[in-house]
Amino acid sequence: MRHETTLAGYRSSSGDPDSLYPEYKSTRLRAPDRPLTIQPHTLSEITGPAYGHGKIRELDHDLTRQHDGEPLGERIIVTGRVLDGDGRPVRNSLVEVWQANAAGRYVHSGDRHPAPLDPNFTGAGRCLTDDDGRYRFVTVKPGAYPWGNHENAWRPAHIHFSLFGPAFATRLITQMYFPGDPLFEYDPIFQSVRDPRARERLISTFDLETTEPEWALGYNFDIILRGRSSTPFERPHE
Amino acid sequence: MSENTSLETAPSQTIGPFFHYALFEEDLSELVAPDRPDAIRVEGKIFDGAGAVVPDAMVEIWQANPAGRYRHPEDDRDEVPLDENFLGFGRVPTDENGGFSFVTVKPGVVPGPDGVSQAPHILVSIFARGVLKRLATRIYFPDEDEANEHDPVLASIEDPEQRSTLVARSEDGAFRFDIRLQGEKETVFFDV
Repeated sequence: MRHETTLAGYRSSSGDPDSLYPEYKSTRLRAPDRPLTIQPHTLSEITGPAYGHGKIRELDHDLTRQHDGEPLGERIIVTGRVLDGDGRPVRNSLVEVWQANAAGRYVHSGDRHPAPLDPNFTGAGRCLTDDDGRYRFVTVKPGAYPWGNHENAWRPAHIHFSLFGPAFATRLITQMYFPGDPLFEYDPIFQSVRDPRARERLISTFDLETTEPEWALGYNFDIILRGRSSTPFERPHE
Repeated sequence: MSENTSLETAPSQTIGPFFHYALFEEDLSELVAPDRPDAIRVEGKIFDGAGAVVPDAMVEIWQANPAGRYRHPEDDRDEVPLDENFLGFGRVPTDENGGFSFVTVKPGVVPGPDGVSQAPHILVSIFARGVLKRLATRIYFPDEDEANEHDPVLASIEDPEQRSTLVARSEDGAFRFDIRLQGEKETVFFDV
């Protein structure tokens, strides 16, 4: 058996924050001191888990219908396409989301914000992308909430997104924000992305096309994962 | 889209502290049944730069099966057997002592660059509050001295002390792999 010689890895991502952003206090003791070790992609990094398939239930994508009653808050539809760096759809890929309720409170023992929990809202969803790379969630708009990073610190409203893409190299956890949030300039997590154009890529856009009359506002949020580099490569078994 | 146009990617953001209720509906700590004869336990703790444990991290692993094959379309070496019951993916939150633990099997040797094999290894992703971008590292095995010596990724790390942060140690019948996010004994993290 001949092994691969040159393997086409994945291109670098763009706009990621550095590990250390001192204004976000929790990075101070958790960011590595040494630079990351550069390593060419091998078969290990260009493969990755196709995780969650077949385990998605019918209502996993609708966070407003996971309990007996409806959650309070502004009902919204969040949809978009997961694409690779060449604009091709990432198909049949797991998207996981989680968020605070409309009052800004998470269903989590560590969340001590004195805002009400909603018995009709857990705030977790998942779905698979379709053939166009599209995902769609129905939920309520999460509230802003205070946190202890600095005096009078508030997180802008956001939804956490977890994506796998086709490989270990494409694994991504990020946050989606809402357009025009006045808290952007005060939030060190959002600001840890130093390039303003890259920060724009974390903000969804209001979309009248997605908005359903008499029902829910629509937001669009496309997510670009890393693309494959064009280096020619031999298949491992050739 | 023209061939050389690369779209700008979505930047990474921290997983934050409140992910637990969303990401562990399935128990993904056991990649194989614990009573399988070749089952191993891989466990460790995560420490921050002050030596405190990190009780709010998520650890994911990805690995080949014992024959050295990944369950993925990119690994289409039909001559290397797949195991129907082995996905090769695990995910756990750290506990209040910063600990994590997986039951899995030891991966086999897998192909590396330039015809050189890679020693058995497990890929690791660490997400946590205060970690703005996933930290990636690799677990190698203490009973694979010779394979480790010829592993191209290990070989690329010149400092033996840094290199040793990637090799688990045998302890109480398990493979112990502690992760230090910052400081003198900091684990080697890769720019994957």
